Amino acid sequence: MSLDHSDVKKIAHLARMALDESQVDAYAEDLSKILGLVEQLEAAETHAIEPMSHPLHMAQRLRVDEVTEEDCRDENQAIAPSVVNGLYLVPKVIE
Amino acid sequence: MMHSKSIVELGAGLQTGEFSSVELTRHFLQRIERLDKDLNALISTTPEQALAEAESADQAIKAGQAGPLTGIPIVQKDIFCTRGVKTSCGSKMLDNFISPYDATVVEKLKHAGVVSLGKANMDEFAMGSSNETSFYGPVHNPWDKGRVPGGSSGGSATAVAARLAVAATGTDTGGSIRQPAAFCGITGLKPTYGRISRFGMIAFASSLDQAGPMTRDAADAALMLQAMAGFDPKDSTCANQPVPDYSATLSDPLEGLKIGLPREYFGEGLDPAVAASVEAAIDHYKRLGAEVIDISLPNSGLAVPTYYVVAPAECSSNLSRFDGVRFGYRCQQPKDLEDLYKRSRGEGFGAEVKRRIMIGTYALSAGYYDAYYLKAQKTRHLISDDFKQAFKTVDVIMGPTTPTPAFGLGEKVNDPVTMYLNDIYTIATNLAGLPGVSIPVEPVNGLPVGLQIIGNYFTEAKLLNVAHRFQQETEWHRLTPELESVASD
Repeated sequence: MSLDHSDVKKIAHLARMALDESQVDAYAEDLSKILGLVEQLEAAETHAIEPMSHPLHMAQRLRVDEVTEEDCRDENQAIAPSVVNGLYLVPKVIE
Repeated sequence: MMHSKSIVELGAGLQTGEFSSVELTRHFLQRIERLDKDLNALISTTPEQALAEAESADQAIKAGQAGPLTGIPIVQKDIFCTRGVKTSCGSKMLDNFISPYDATVVEKLKHAGVVSLGKANMDEFAMGSSNETSFYGPVHNPWDKGRVPGGSSGGSATAVAARLAVAATGTDTGGSIRQPAAFCGITGLKPTYGRISRFGMIAFASSLDQAGPMTRDAADAALMLQAMAGFDPKDSTCANQPVPDYSATLSDPLEGLKIGLPREYFGEGLDPAVAASVEAAIDHYKRLGAEVIDISLPNSGLAVPTYYVVAPAECSSNLSRFDGVRFGYRCQQPKDLEDLYKRSRGEGFGAEVKRRIMIGTYALSAGYYDAYYLKAQKTRHLISDDFKQAFKTVDVIMGPTTPTPAFGLGEKVNDPVTMYLNDIYTIATNLAGLPGVSIPVEPVNGLPVGLQIIGNYFTEAKLLNVAHRFQQETEWHRLTPELESVASD
């Protein structure tokens, strides 16, 4: 699978990541090489094989539905780029 | 020379009052000041905090309340959140991030009384095998400053090898503890997946990431692991398994130990000099009474391609949290919300992180999921089953940690696929979730070489025992790089 200029721009958009226009072709080349490596998997026979998502095949642990966290809002917001009255500020979304 | 001693030796010196933790801490801070300009092993140092911790350690020692790690100076890989201290993960994205909390590993080590000297350099978000993707510049291998220290825990490995700290923490997603340990001539243990809490350890690939100790020798690794391991309710994948006394079994005899040698780990691509060094170490194990058995891990060739679907897929999901809204880097004057996301991420991430996010995004996108991600989860199962089969007949598996010794700075950085193949022997254990340790064997042309020992799930005590017995009879782990033309201390 080889990716071209427009594929890379589409993927970068899906990842919400700006790329320098001048670097898109270099990324297309690198990503195509990586996909070339990955395509070696096609030769593996996996018809009857179960997918593995957890190394120890553990089930997700459940916990009692109780409040365990303290309120750390002020501490967490102290490192935010932009905060007013306890709210995170971003550019206007709704006109 | 205090810096040439191990944790075990320094612990004895602290107990008898030969030196204090404050003296020890000052000594290491001075070494960092003097030597790290040329190595770049640390992103930040925290001298005031370190000296305060050393003073409390000295009081604990005087009061007879010291444990084996009390007053021992270490460094933390900059992937672990440290309250009130910059936690960059090697990225511009987190250059301004002062963590509001401690990772569980950090909390546990503080509780054990260690002194933290600072934060170790690393590949950006732990994505790299050479420490060249760090926003803070590459780390230089202390054995040859023109070579890489390995990665992603390259700063941790260099700090321990250059004796800038007695021990360090690392993390290993595809070899990031073992490969730099091999390149720098130290002992690096990646425990079983889930053995150590991932809480507060900045996530790269959550089904593969595991923290571990990087030390001079296996006896020190046992002490570090003892403090780091254990169940943590804050990490939903942390294993609820008892933690054995890792130091108690270090010297157990190895008579009858069955060592499996996978033929796939000794084939094409392996440097013959590295092979000879590893084989000499295995011969030593035979003299210690071990039995060597040829085995096969037939799906080994699938490990690297499987990893480069699973790890990027998980990373693309994990790194979506870096969006310029709540913490970390934000671009200047965003014109709308989408522009804020895109430019904050575009400007905040380096090239390798961008490549992996894009591969993962692509592999998980509509129409490609089955061909890439589902397929890789199945081949992951095949790789894991190979080990399951092997451990029916052997106790441990041995082979080289890396195909070659440390390569030159800049040599592979422009070719991602060549760089990825450097982790060919380490990646499979992460996919299977198994523990592995790298220990120094005979160097090749003055460059360290690592022997990798892989064990079954939760057999860290056995791995450390196997490593320690070798280190009791050999000197390779004591070799130190020559960093100063005139010894000043």
